[in-house]
Amino acid sequence: MEITRREFLKWSGAAGVAGAAMCLGLDLRPVTAYAAQLGILTAKVTTTICPYCAVGCGLIVHTNQKTGKIINTEGDPDHPINQGALCAKGAGLYQMAVNPNRMTKVLYRAPNSDRWQAKSWEWALSEIAKRVQKTRDASFTAKNAKGQVVNRTTAIAHVGSAALDNEECWVLQAIMRALGLVYIEHQARI
Amino acid sequence: MTNHWIDIQHSDCILVMGSNAAENHPISFKWVTKAMENGATLISVDPRFTRTSAKAHIYTALRSGTDIAFLGGMMNYIIKNKKYFEPYMANYTNASFIVGPKYSFADGLFSGYDAKKHKYDKSFWAFAKDEKGVPKRDLTMKDPRCVFQLMKKFYSRYTPEKVSAVTGTPVADLMKVYEAYAATGARDKTGTIMYAMGWTQHTVGVQNIRMMAMIQLVLGNMGRPGGGVNALRGESNVQGSTDHCLLFHIWPGYLGTPRASLPTLAAYNKKNTPKSNDPLSANWWQNKPKYMASFLKSMFGDKGDKANDFGYTWMPKIDDGVTYTWLDIFDEMYKGTIKGFFAWGQNPACSGANSNKTRQAMAKLDWLVNVNIFDNETAEFWKGPGMNPKAIKTEVFFLPCAVSVEKEGSITNSGRWMQWRYKAANPPMGTKPDGEIMVELFDKIRALYAKGGKFPEPIRNLRWDYAAGGKFDAHAVAKLINGYFEKDAEVKGKKYKKGDLVPSFAFLSADGATSSGNWLYCQSYNQSGNNAARRDLKDPTGMGLYPAWSWCWPVNRRILYNRASVDLMGKPWSPNKNILEWKDGKWVGDVPDGGWPPMDVNPAKTKRPFIMKPDGVGSVFGPGRADGPFPEHYEPLECPVDKNLFSSQRMNPVAPVYSTKADPHFTCDPRFPFVGTTYRVTEHWQTGVLTRWQPWLLECEPQLFVEMSLELAKLRGIKNGELCVVSSARGQVEAKAIVTGRFRPMEVQGAVVHEVGLPWCYGWVHPKDGGDSANLLTPSTGDPNTRIPETKAFMVNVVRKGGA
Repeated sequence: MEITRREFLKWSGAAGVAGAAMCLGLDLRPVTAYAAQLGILTAKVTTTICPYCAVGCGLIVHTNQKTGKIINTEGDPDHPINQGALCAKGAGLYQMAVNPNRMTKVLYRAPNSDRWQAKSWEWALSEIAKRVQKTRDASFTAKNAKGQVVNRTTAIAHVGSAALDNEECWVLQAIMRALGLVYIEHQARI
Repeated sequence: MTNHWIDIQHSDCILVMGSNAAENHPISFKWVTKAMENGATLISVDPRFTRTSAKAHIYTALRSGTDIAFLGGMMNYIIKNKKYFEPYMANYTNASFIVGPKYSFADGLFSGYDAKKHKYDKSFWAFAKDEKGVPKRDLTMKDPRCVFQLMKKFYSRYTPEKVSAVTGTPVADLMKVYEAYAATGARDKTGTIMYAMGWTQHTVGVQNIRMMAMIQLVLGNMGRPGGGVNALRGESNVQGSTDHCLLFHIWPGYLGTPRASLPTLAAYNKKNTPKSNDPLSANWWQNKPKYMASFLKSMFGDKGDKANDFGYTWMPKIDDGVTYTWLDIFDEMYKGTIKGFFAWGQNPACSGANSNKTRQAMAKLDWLVNVNIFDNETAEFWKGPGMNPKAIKTEVFFLPCAVSVEKEGSITNSGRWMQWRYKAANPPMGTKPDGEIMVELFDKIRALYAKGGKFPEPIRNLRWDYAAGGKFDAHAVAKLINGYFEKDAEVKGKKYKKGDLVPSFAFLSADGATSSGNWLYCQSYNQSGNNAARRDLKDPTGMGLYPAWSWCWPVNRRILYNRASVDLMGKPWSPNKNILEWKDGKWVGDVPDGGWPPMDVNPAKTKRPFIMKPDGVGSVFGPGRADGPFPEHYEPLECPVDKNLFSSQRMNPVAPVYSTKADPHFTCDPRFPFVGTTYRVTEHWQTGVLTRWQPWLLECEPQLFVEMSLELAKLRGIKNGELCVVSSARGQVEAKAIVTGRFRPMEVQGAVVHEVGLPWCYGWVHPKDGGDSANLLTPSTGDPNTRIPETKAFMVNVVRKGGA
């Protein structure tokens, strides 16, 4: 028997009061059948940590081995901090990843234009690199007004990000400092 | 956090003030609830009755921006009623230190104030020292110039009546809170504080937190289970991004960014390495030169050596006495001096104070790069409200990135646990993980500078072996952050080869023999493997430290300053709160804050427990702060009173004030009669850039609202659910009225003061009818130490839309 997800949720809600349901003669076989199709049992399981606040709750993520798509996220019962529990945001992690609203194109807005243009990664990164060099070299300050060596640019600023992994944060600060930026800030300041 | 989330369960009294943990850190309440089941008292102090308040035994309100008055009154209560924990305070804090003759305080100003520069000369607040250069002490704490006596006098001014007149909190409520919290000064009790942006986002933000830290020290709550000073950090890796210093003023591991007056590494080390002549002080920061050299080796590898100061000269320097903070960035951008801008994983058009100024500033850029998962108000600023795209020259590049479960790496939670995350799926076609974007972009920049360009050395010489072949390798970076031996070396009788991972920061050296991207993370990825990925649930102390689950900095120490949790013989102050004990000649339990024997067990070899402080003790007196050694109440930049009842200094005399056309501010102005504040909701995260695009969450909290009392709604003729206009000197937003008893009018200096609140998680891009950022209302001013903006207390007006 085919069953839609919405119907499943309705049925599984009823199963929560299974005793009462059985008294009413409710047939739970379709629920069992749907559960078998969920594929969680055969999915690849990885663990992750919630990307929202800094409590650091653990989640497990199920990925369909055939399609490579994430099919489920839920609280990690082994995690000592959250012991499987999650708040509304964490419980909805699935929808951050699997979401048709995600941006999937590199976009460029030309000076004084009123629209975006889709561009390739290659084009965008090459153009950004050129802008960085142009602005940096035009503004590069070897010595400040007092004649002290400062080797910096104050014409480029960077903000972000507490949303990155540690390893990304470290590399990002290394790049920005190698470029001579001193205006380096992020969420921790605000 | 000095402690960690699970540790909250051991508290006897939990004060939630400057945060709303039940809604913004919901899972923390698992451990708050556990503590309450064990008999703990929960106190909620908040201008608004929140879901945290709903769970609390004691709730009371205060006017936003008056926390120091509230807590100064608590300090007065503790001292007057002798609720402090004397042996702890005498031995482990600087309460017994003698302050030098130049320190004084009168009418809201400390000595050393330069009225022209709005700056203090902090040398006026130095301790008196003996002939050996060691601070003088009086362990009886009776000397009139000792910190305890000065503090007693200072806070005797904070009487319940005066505090009540300032905060709007009834005296009876104050006494209830003071009595309950001060009870944790008993030897066997501990109390904890859970705070967040409700304390930091003020012109007195740092002193709000110092005031509480002082209370924790005099009550003997630091370093102990169920105690500590616990910042509830709001982003999953804001701890890690701070540790790795995406901040102007520090390099990874909290090494101060070099100033222009320090041309060599030797000059830097001389100026920035603290000295102590006190044999009882470990003065851990004396190791700074080792951490500096190791950091530079991680930046430039073999290209940096002793002869070129490990590349110190290649690194950018900041001018002495100048700040380069968030507020300064947008001030300079608004003035047109900044041409290029990266907004990477952040939405500044909504997130900082004074969004109109921020958005107008971005229109003056030549180019802007925005990296994000979803569309947002920063990427689209040029077509936002009031913008004319044809008049805006800024080129904008939007780069779509992967989400956390589509890449591998670690993040560090508020309790300093570094936890590894695995890749569950490939990022969607067209998007890239951030690390890959960084590597590919910098490869292109390197290619340009291989051909020429100004001062190419730091770009050409940046160590790049962790990014071979254009690919970002999180494991390779994690190992570099931990650090390598850069040459064959013998340390502590053990031989290491060039390329071996450094076991822990005790092995780092100042001569270039080691690299470490961040000394605090040295031990995270070493011979035992990727320690952040550990998942062993053993709990040898039975106190929930879980030492083999993930890894925490520093050196897997789960509670900072933990040697203050024991008495002078090394026995826990309270036997039922045992995380560390001196037994049979060694420490048993958590990783001790230094392995020295307890103070009375071996006075010749011991060191005091606060090893990161130059004197080895907790700072009740804080001579390092920009605005004074004792926290003093000042009013916010914008407030409803023209007089500060504590002094004739209305606002913090050293707080920064910006003065462009986009920075108007009015205080006690009838056009903006109500106190405004901002906060968050469970279902949205920060500016909402991630959560507004998720239908499940958006359905729960679909649009901007302004919360107000029944009395204010009546006064303004506003009904629950009606659309209102909330305005300040800087901007306005439209918001649905939520009229409840959760806000109540307060009596301040004999007058009725109303306060309203708005969440700041909305923006005009999506959803279309969801309203815009509450930061359109907030001012560009901030704390003088950190320049964190004052977004928690400002003045607004509220009217029904279309009404008068």
